[in-house]
Amino acid sequence: MKYETIIGLEVHAQMLTATKIFCGCPTAFGAGPNTQTCPVCIGMPGVLPVLNRKALEFAIRTGLATHCRISPYSRFARKNYFYPDLPKGYQISQYELPICEDGHVKIIADGKSRRIGITRIHMEEDAGKNIHEGAGNYSFVDLNRAGVPLMEIVSEPDIRSPLEAVEYMKKLRAILRYLGVCDGNMEQGSLRCDANISLRPAGQKELGVKAEIKNINSFRFVEKALDYEIKRQIKVLDSGGRILQETRLWDSARGITESMRGKEEAHDYRYFPEPDLVPITVNQQWIEEIRSALPELPDVKRARFVSFYGLSEYDTDFLISEKPLADLFEETVKLGGQPKAVSNLITGDLLRLLNAENKSIEECPLKPKQLVGILNLIENKIISWTMAKTVLDEMYRTTAENIGIAKLELPALEITADAIVKEKGLVQISDTGEIEKAVDDVIAKNPKEAERFKSGEEKLIGFFVGQVMKLMKGKANPQMVNDLLRKKLSSQP
Amino acid sequence: MHEACTLTITELKDLLDRKEISVPDIVASVYRRIDTVEDRVRAFVTLTREKAMETAQKAQDAIQSGALNSKQLTGIPLAIKDNMCTKGIPTTCASKILHTFVPPYESTATSRLAGEGYILIGKTNMDEFAMGSSTENSGLHVTKNPWDPERIPGGSSGGSAAAVAADECIAALGSDTGGSIRQPAALCGVVGMKPTYGRVSRYGLVAFASSLDQIGPITKNVRDSAVLMNIISGHDPCDSTSAPVPVPDFTAVLGKDIRGMKIGIPEEYFIDGMDREVEEAVREAVKQLESLGAVPVKVSLPHTGYAVATYYVLAMSEASSNLARYDGVKYGLRSEGKDLMEMYMNTRAEGFGAEVKRRIMLGTYALSSGYYDAYYRKAQQVRTRIKDDFGAVFRDVDAIVTPTTPTAAFRIGEKTSDPLQMYLSDIFTISVNLAGVPAISIPCGFTSDNLPVGLQFIGKHFDEESIIKLAFAYEQSTVWHRRKPSL
Repeated sequence: MKYETIIGLEVHAQMLTATKIFCGCPTAFGAGPNTQTCPVCIGMPGVLPVLNRKALEFAIRTGLATHCRISPYSRFARKNYFYPDLPKGYQISQYELPICEDGHVKIIADGKSRRIGITRIHMEEDAGKNIHEGAGNYSFVDLNRAGVPLMEIVSEPDIRSPLEAVEYMKKLRAILRYLGVCDGNMEQGSLRCDANISLRPAGQKELGVKAEIKNINSFRFVEKALDYEIKRQIKVLDSGGRILQETRLWDSARGITESMRGKEEAHDYRYFPEPDLVPITVNQQWIEEIRSALPELPDVKRARFVSFYGLSEYDTDFLISEKPLADLFEETVKLGGQPKAVSNLITGDLLRLLNAENKSIEECPLKPKQLVGILNLIENKIISWTMAKTVLDEMYRTTAENIGIAKLELPALEITADAIVKEKGLVQISDTGEIEKAVDDVIAKNPKEAERFKSGEEKLIGFFVGQVMKLMKGKANPQMVNDLLRKKLSSQP
Repeated sequence: MHEACTLTITELKDLLDRKEISVPDIVASVYRRIDTVEDRVRAFVTLTREKAMETAQKAQDAIQSGALNSKQLTGIPLAIKDNMCTKGIPTTCASKILHTFVPPYESTATSRLAGEGYILIGKTNMDEFAMGSSTENSGLHVTKNPWDPERIPGGSSGGSAAAVAADECIAALGSDTGGSIRQPAALCGVVGMKPTYGRVSRYGLVAFASSLDQIGPITKNVRDSAVLMNIISGHDPCDSTSAPVPVPDFTAVLGKDIRGMKIGIPEEYFIDGMDREVEEAVREAVKQLESLGAVPVKVSLPHTGYAVATYYVLAMSEASSNLARYDGVKYGLRSEGKDLMEMYMNTRAEGFGAEVKRRIMLGTYALSSGYYDAYYRKAQQVRTRIKDDFGAVFRDVDAIVTPTTPTAAFRIGEKTSDPLQMYLSDIFTISVNLAGVPAISIPCGFTSDNLPVGLQFIGKHFDEESIIKLAFAYEQSTVWHRRKPSL
C-alpha cells in the first residue's frame, strides 16, 4: 500500500543568555560538575524562581522571526515528574498559555518551496544530567545544566519526508543563529529535537497512530531515524499490524529506533500554573522595539543576494547559511571584489582551509581587505586562480601565526597578498615570448601526443597545459598558455 | 519591674533607650523563662542559646561604645517558625525528611529582622510542613497550649504562638496558609497577623502552598505587630509574587479614631456548631467596637461554605508539587532501596508523616489528568468567586469582623482521628487566604475554662492599616491582652 508520512518536530534550543532562566548562575558549557549552581537552580527548600528578562526577550525575538503571534499574557506551569536530574521534582515550563503561537517558516526541499507551520514556542528550564560512568554501583548528578533556558519550538504536523525534516531543522538553526539567540551547536546539545511520526494510507484524512522519537542531536540522525521509522511502520502496517503509540529512542550506533515506553506507562505530568511566578504581561511597545531590532533573516537575505549580486541560488544558499559567512562576503564585495569571484574564493578555497582545521567562519583569521587583495591580483592578471590558491594558503597560515604572536602583545603585521606574491616570486608570467618558448619545448618533447591531439583527441589539451605550467613553475598565465598551445598544435604540419 | 521576658518590643526598646536594662539581661531573662516552662510548653525545636548570648553581648558592647543606637529590634529576642530558612541553623519544618537540613541561605523576612538587630532565640515547632491546625502533626513533638497543657496550641504556627503566650520570646514569626498564624494566636491569646498576599517576601519560606502562604508576626499586642510589619514588609526582587507597592508606616495609625468606620459582620460566620461562649465573646466585642464609634453593617459572603473544600483542593495540589523535591537525592533523609524507584518510595514513606502523605496523595489525585477539571480547575473558579465576594463587601465596609475560630483550644488527641473535623477549625480563616486579603486576630475574651477567644479583623488588599487601627482601638479599650497564662 502507498502511505503518506506525517512528521511534526519539537525542537529544543538552548538560549544564549549569560545566566540561567530563573537565577543568576552562568550557563557556560563544560565547567566542573555542580560548579554553576545555587540554591535556586538546585531547588533547595524555600527558594523561589525569578524570570530572566533576556530569556523572555530571546523567545519573543524568535517568535517574531518565525511570524508568530506574541501573547500579551502568558504564564509558566509546572510539569511534575520524578527523576534525579530534576531537582525540584518538577520542571518549570509553559503549557496552556505559551509566549508565542501560530507562526511558520519556509523551507526548500527537493526544489519545492514549502511552508511549515509553528504551533507554539515556549520557554522552559533544562534539567541536569546523570552521570553513570566511573561510579560502580552509583550514579552522579551534575546540575550545571539545571535551569539553563530553553525554547521549545513545536511545529505543526506539516512535514512530509525526512528530507523536509532536515531542511526544516537547518532553517530553524540558521534563523536562531542569525538572531543570536542560540548557538545551534548540536554536538553540545544546544539544539536537539523530538520527532513525532505517523503514516496514513495515501488519500486518508485521519492521522495514523504516531510514535515519538526522543532526543535526536544531529541533522544526519534526524534523517536516518525518520527513514528507519518510516520503513519500520510500513512493515508493521503492511503485515496487518498496528502501530503502538509510544516513545522511542534513536540508537545511533545500531541505526535503529527502539521502544522506550508505551502509552500505558506514559507520564501524567499533572501540569498546573506555577504559583511562584506571576503571569507574564508583555507590552506592545517592547515587542515593537524587539521587532525593529531584528537582523535581516535568511529568506530576505537570500532574495537580495540573488537579485542584487546576481549569484546563483546554489552559491547564495551556501553563503547565507551562516550570517558571518554572508557578512564576510558582503564586506569583501563592498571593498571592490566582484561578487562571483568573492563567492568562489570564500565558498571554495577559504572554507577548505577552515574545514581542514575544523574552524568556524567566526574563527577565520583573514579579513575582507586581505581577500580583496588577492582578487585584485587575479583581476590585474598578476596571478592566476591557481596561484591565488597558493597565495591564500600562505596568507591564511601567516596571518593565523601572526595573530598567535600578536596575542603575546607584539604588534600585528599586516599581511597582504602583494607582499606574499613579492616574497614568493609568484608573479604571473604573461610574456608571450617566454610562454611561446615553453609551449614549443613541450610540443617538441611530446610528438606522439601532439599527433593524437591533431587527430581529434581534444582532451589532451589538459595534458599540454599541465606540462607547460610545470615547466614554468605554475606562473604562466593559463589563458595565454591555452591559446598558444591550440594555435601551435593546429598550425603544425 | 516586670521580668524582661514578659514585656513587649516597644516596652523593651524604651528601657534600652533609657539604659535601664541591658541586652544580655533581656536575653538571659528569656532563656530563664524557657528553662522554667519549656518542658511544659515544648514550643521550640531548636534553641540558639549560645549564639544569642554572643550576639547580645556584641549588641551591648556596641550600645555602650556608642556605635549603635536606635535600630528597631536591637536586643529584642524573637522566635522563628521552623519553616523559615536561617543560614547555618537547622530548618526542619518539623519533618523527619528535613531534620538534618541546614540552609546555606537566609529567608528575606528573617534577614530584614536581622537588619534591625533582632536576636534569634530559637526555631519553633509546627505541624510538619505547616500542614495541620494543632501542631499535633509535628514530626518531632507535640506543643502544649500555655493556658492548658492538656490542650493544643493551634497550628500550624503553634510553637510560635505558644512561645509568645508563655513569654518564651518577645514576639515571633509564623506563616499562614489557611489560618496558621491567626488560629493559634487566637487559641493562645496573642495577636497574629496575616498580611496581604505579596506584602511580605516568601523567599526562604519552605513552601506548603505557594499561592496561599504568607509570613506574618505573632506578638503580645497590636503595636508590636505593626512594628514587625514595618520591618518585614516590602518588595523583594527574589520573590516575583512579592508586590512592588509602597509600605506605609503601620504604627502611624495606632491610636487614630475609629469613629464612623464601617465594619461588616458576615452572617455566614456565625454558624451552627459554633461554641456558644466564643460566639458571645465575639458579639460582645462587636458591641464594644460599636461603643467606640465603629458602625456594624450586616454583610454576606455567599461562597463561604465552599471555602474549606476549595482551600484543601488547591493547597494539597500545590503541596503535592512543592514537596516533590524531598526525594532523597540531594539533601535530608535518604533511605536505602534496591533501585532508584525503591529509594524514592522508602525515603518518602519514612520521611513524611501521615498528614503530609494524605495531602500529597489528595493533591496528586486532584491534579492528575482526568480529574484536573473536576477538582483543581473548579476550585480555581470557586476561588475567584470567593475573591469577588470580598471585593463586593469591601465596596461598602472598611473591614470585616468575625470570630477567628469556631471553638477555643480543643484537647490534644481530640480531633486527630478525624481530619475533616480538624480542617473545620480553620473555617473562619481560610477564605482570607483564598482571597489574598490581610487579617489580624486579637484576644477578645475567655471561656469559662479560662481559654482565650480570638477576634478576627479582615481588610482590603494592601489595607492592613484599617485593621491595625481597629484592632488597636479595641485592644486599648479592653484588658484581654494583658492576661497571662499561669504556668
